[in-house]
Amino acid sequence: MIVAEQKPITEILEMVEDYTKILVLGCKGCVTVCNVGGSKEAAILASTLKIAKRKTNKKIEVATHTLERQCDPEYVDEVKDMIDDYDAVISIACGVGPQFLSERYPSARIFPGVNTKFMGGAVEHGIWSERCAGCGTCVIHHFGGLCPISRCSKSLMNGPCGGSSNGKCEISKDVDCIWDMIVRKMTELGRLQELLEFVPPKSWITARDGGPRRLIREELVK
Amino acid sequence: MSNNFKPKIVAFYCSNCASSAANVADGMDKALPENIKTIQVPCTGRIEILHLLKPFEEGADGVYVAGCQEDSCQFVTGITKATKRVAHVKMILEQLDIAPERIDIFNLSAGRGQAFVDVASEMNSRIIELGPLLSE
Amino acid sequence: MSEYKSESNLEKILKAGHFAFTGECGPPLGANVEHLKEKAGHLKGCVDAVNVTDNQTAVVRMSSWAASLVLLQEGLEPNFQMVCRDRNRLAIQSDILGVYSHGIKNMLCLSGDHQRFGNHPEAKNVFDIDSMQLIHTVKTMRDEGTFLNGQDIDGPPELFIGAASNPFAEPFEFRIHRLAKKIAVGADFIQTQCIYNMDRFREFMKRAVDMGLHEKCYILAGVTPMKSVGMARYMAKQVPGMDVPASLIKRLQGAGKGKVAGEGIKFAVEQIEEFKEMEGVAGVHLMAIEWEHRVPEISKLAGMLPRPKV
Repeated sequence: MIVAEQKPITEILEMVEDYTKILVLGCKGCVTVCNVGGSKEAAILASTLKIAKRKTNKKIEVATHTLERQCDPEYVDEVKDMIDDYDAVISIACGVGPQFLSERYPSARIFPGVNTKFMGGAVEHGIWSERCAGCGTCVIHHFGGLCPISRCSKSLMNGPCGGSSNGKCEISKDVDCIWDMIVRKMTELGRLQELLEFVPPKSWITARDGGPRRLIREELVK
Repeated sequence: MSNNFKPKIVAFYCSNCASSAANVADGMDKALPENIKTIQVPCTGRIEILHLLKPFEEGADGVYVAGCQEDSCQFVTGITKATKRVAHVKMILEQLDIAPERIDIFNLSAGRGQAFVDVASEMNSRIIELGPLLSE
Repeated sequence: MSEYKSESNLEKILKAGHFAFTGECGPPLGANVEHLKEKAGHLKGCVDAVNVTDNQTAVVRMSSWAASLVLLQEGLEPNFQMVCRDRNRLAIQSDILGVYSHGIKNMLCLSGDHQRFGNHPEAKNVFDIDSMQLIHTVKTMRDEGTFLNGQDIDGPPELFIGAASNPFAEPFEFRIHRLAKKIAVGADFIQTQCIYNMDRFREFMKRAVDMGLHEKCYILAGVTPMKSVGMARYMAKQVPGMDVPASLIKRLQGAGKGKVAGEGIKFAVEQIEEFKEMEGVAGVHLMAIEWEHRVPEISKLAGMLPRPKV
């Protein structure tokens, strides 16, 4: 899933400082799963904004609504009758949501309420870890099912580097050295020989380095 | 601080340790100050972050949670969850430039009537000292 | 056709079977090259070639290629270093051509410390290619005479290719294989990370010799003299992949006040003497960063002077 983190409340307050009718839009997709942008979190954010305004004695109205997803036009369309009732919209979906909303409602003032971080999964309840950098050419099967692009700090294809220590990456004790894991896994699988083969330079053309990406499925396009 | 300030405080207490303490307090003829509104919940673990924020939204000056000791929660992890959620709300209050001491959580033991009353007293004095939320 | 790949002084010395001795020097934290020239002055005549680091520990300094040119002007042979952290394959191939055209003949291919360590932690990470792929790039340019895309190079760079090896990093079992891989991909010479645990290194070299790696590539053992007990402790605890035996720390402590640096040099000299006799070791790489003025003394004590002329 796409994992995001709420923006600091001080930043959100600054964004909507001049507005008095605010709509918080949640999303039932990835951000619900990582507990940052679902209907629950929308209610918490709305309550927080109202408490903040108590101190300034300013009256504000904050409403919430949660869409199935904010990355599909048919769902984004659902708010077309209510959006003009508000002078600011805080979308707590991933980065796609506020952009889709801005495109669909060009005159509305849309703000992103979260910082989208990475594609990953839950390793433990409440802890999400990056797994995929969207390089566009998946090769995890060559590395025992582990991804060196997203999980090695240096994206080494012929790792490990000399900074691997006690199974941890040189940048932090909280970051596992994925190459340590790859070597151990391939050894366990009896496939260490494969790691002795030279992996030539990667083509980054399918990654974001090649430019903004688009995917077209001809058989699905009307 | 004005001596006439009667803080609006909302107290959540669980139906296990805290409520038995409440009953004992009742039996001892000890009542809570009337500016404290109490809400009984099956277990403090049932209290969501939103439940803790709502009272502040609607005019409260302070909120507290009274539950079991860490090792005697009838639902095992309820009090632990509540403790984390109170900590989270403290953080939110801090970011809003509101004293985080306005919310707190207390661990009571079953039957400790005096403790039940003392906790209420403590929060009351604390909030009186901090003043109304609007004044911050 | 030359019998040499690069005709560098270092290559000639190694090929002739002499025990090589290289040094190291960090570029300045600015455009002021006075201190760099001073350091070069101490190293001149004591070593066969001098490593010039590349934004070491991700701290911005004068680029390695520029500092290497200064060393050339001062009459020393630089070992130009390039890390993969800061440049993509376009800039890498460009710079390789650039340095060679200015007379640089040795090049070390390294990954580079992550920029999180350094003084510009918010910088964008490059790592377009890794150190193994960098070795391959230089070899392709030199031996095939083409860029990575297969296009011909008008004047291929004839560089002597170096790489690093850390026998003590983890996973330990894999390190020898990684060394073998670098050699297979094209490394002509290897410099190891500084060694303190002689037993473990002997073990490592035995395996290297068993695999015949010393016949395909010149392996130079890294030595960094300990200046103080504090330094020894720091390296033992804070530097990843560093193995400093407790016995060495004890030895330094036992040296007495004011005598620790001398003891550190003594240990380094003992190491060099042992490396001279160790099978598979073709030379020593002395890293006396910001201690260059002690290098002449160490070279003399270790019997490294005068340096052979080939």
